[in-house]
Amino acid sequence: MIDYTIAYTIANALIIIFAALFISLLFHGIERKIVARMQARIGPPLLQPFIDIKKLFMKENIVPDSAVKWLFNLMPIVALSSAIVLFLYIPFGMPAILNEHGDLILVLYLLSIPPLALAIGAFASGSSFAAVGAQRELVLLISYEFVLSVVIFSFAWLLSVCTQNTNVFSLNAPALNPPWSLVGPIGFIGIALLLISTLAVMPGKAGKIPADIAEAKTEIAEGVLVEYSGFNLALLYMTQAVRTFGFAALIVALFFPWNASIFIDIPKDTVLEPIFFILKAGLVMFFSAFFISAAVARFKVDQAARFYISTVFSIALLGLLLILLDLTLRGF
Amino acid sequence: MANEKSKEKVCIPIGPVHPALKEPIQIEVEIQGERVVGTNITLGHVHRGIEWIGTRRNPIQTIYIAERICGICNICHPLAFCQAIENAANIRVPERAEYLRTIYAELERIHSHLLFLGVAAHEIGFDSILHYTWLAREKVLDVIEMLTGNRITKGILMIGGVRRDISKEQASKIREMLSYYEKVYKKLSKIFLDDITIKMRTRDIGVVSKKDALRLCLVGPTARASGIKKDTRQDFPYAAYGDLNVRALTPLDIVGEIRGDSYDRTIMRLIEIKQSMELIERCLKEMPEGPILYEQSLQRLLLNLKSVSGEGVALVEAPRGELIHYIRMEKNDFPSAWKVRAPTYANLHAVGVILNNCELADVPIAVASIDPCISCTNRAVIASEKIVLSQEKLHELCVEKTRAMKGDSL
Repeated sequence: MIDYTIAYTIANALIIIFAALFISLLFHGIERKIVARMQARIGPPLLQPFIDIKKLFMKENIVPDSAVKWLFNLMPIVALSSAIVLFLYIPFGMPAILNEHGDLILVLYLLSIPPLALAIGAFASGSSFAAVGAQRELVLLISYEFVLSVVIFSFAWLLSVCTQNTNVFSLNAPALNPPWSLVGPIGFIGIALLLISTLAVMPGKAGKIPADIAEAKTEIAEGVLVEYSGFNLALLYMTQAVRTFGFAALIVALFFPWNASIFIDIPKDTVLEPIFFILKAGLVMFFSAFFISAAVARFKVDQAARFYISTVFSIALLGLLLILLDLTLRGF
Repeated sequence: MANEKSKEKVCIPIGPVHPALKEPIQIEVEIQGERVVGTNITLGHVHRGIEWIGTRRNPIQTIYIAERICGICNICHPLAFCQAIENAANIRVPERAEYLRTIYAELERIHSHLLFLGVAAHEIGFDSILHYTWLAREKVLDVIEMLTGNRITKGILMIGGVRRDISKEQASKIREMLSYYEKVYKKLSKIFLDDITIKMRTRDIGVVSKKDALRLCLVGPTARASGIKKDTRQDFPYAAYGDLNVRALTPLDIVGEIRGDSYDRTIMRLIEIKQSMELIERCLKEMPEGPILYEQSLQRLLLNLKSVSGEGVALVEAPRGELIHYIRMEKNDFPSAWKVRAPTYANLHAVGVILNNCELADVPIAVASIDPCISCTNRAVIASEKIVLSQEKLHELCVEKTRAMKGDSL
């Protein structure tokens, strides 16, 4: 007797991986179009990212003589695979495929691997521009990871106090009990503050202005990416797009877990739910990444670090305190 | 920090080809962590021997060579050249031509400064402003095209005057442009005076004190941003500037303090756009009627110039600062000497001071803030040994190289 469930899971996983890749690149195209319009430009065609990827795949893959070759070639694969595996853990309007095998903490790690892989690959390239970029990438990673951990743990703690759920780190937990409905008015403000701080992390996670300091075209000539070309660069290009969409998807799963069937009269658990989820992720990306990137200048690395560690971290901490206060007042 | 000393120094070459640079120049910065501890500048990548070419052509032909010294400063170079010839030959330019020259020079200043504001914004990653300023710059380029027939190399100046007059309809088009730029100026000054991120990236970055600016003989907006009231249009008026009473502006006029940093240098360009707009408006109003050329016949002009013996020096306030042309004529078809000193040549000395103690992230904006124009500056190359290749030798080398490449591919 063949175990059909494994085959079913693998098939589903493949579908989700390719769909996520496609949607990420499509969103990248939409982003370029929207930003272009904000800057009074016409912008590239919507499918430009796909054209770019196709071109990069055809190009020669140059590995510098000074590079540590296996590390240099391995890191783009590590970055893309870890970025894309994330989607197997995120509930897309329906329970995630690998739901019972992973939780929020794993997702946090998966989100941190691409920047680490980028930094390692950059160090392995032996270029001084890439080395500066890698240092910046790591500083940035350390600064925003603080904020994310506060957000994740406030959620877990809130769920553990208010619900009987034992697996509070599960990504399906917020979907079952939307956090906004568990708290009173003070806690509501607290969650809003957590949302703001998470949105502020978005440019850092996605490598967008004002936090694109690891690439910083005019300063260090694309920094971490400077020595990559051809196939490797295509993988990293996709990684950047997938990271942006992945983080937006995580924000949606945590903060906006409601399904479309709550608002409009449609049958439950159809294909409309993932589409609604993608729309929500698109809105999150628009406000946290696209809009901001057209409206501000790039930070310097110390300014970005200070921004995340002091300002955003304080906002997140204040959010946590407000939730704490709310629950204490309501007698939990 | 205590362990700062022990950190390894890394040499980062910025240029000759680098996304932050619009023209080739090599700036080697030595960094410890992210802090710049040493700077070395190498020039000469776009040396074309223009002055040498100019001494092998007659002065009228050389006007067009002078125009091609730089793609942006292509009024001020031929203007300085023409003035130098006029000084040497004692030619008096008709008054209307002087006003027309002033209008062209100020239009060029507007376009150059808008270009700079865009570049400065791009260096700090603020691409929306880059696109906005360059879109606004199209308007002045359109007007220049309408007036002269060309957007960039205008070919409008002539020894002893200008080649085309500005008609009434054209004047009204210019006024229309000025009212458009009133709006642009309002918006840009709102952005540059209020935006926090621009200030974060440029305030107190690359400070040049007034003392340093005097010591290094800086010119133009770079010097004025450090509080030196120095402007060729004010100190040694040429064209119609004597009638217009131009006053050297400093950041004091708009932000109320002088720090001599990248922000001040950026703001200087912004207020000079406003100043140029006012000057053009006054020129249009006060321009007298009359001829626009000292000598209509080019043949006769050349004949006159052939009998000239003497030297001429001209100072022009280019968008980047004081530009000097020197000409020597010795009763010959061609000038026997021509020397150009571009403003960037004086201002590049400030780069060492500017970059001292900057962070690596500040290098592009700090260097860009003096608005360097590299092709203006490249007037000489230093070669370690003298090699002269004849045409035959060059051809031989070409054939050899082609054979080698063919051999590779086969």
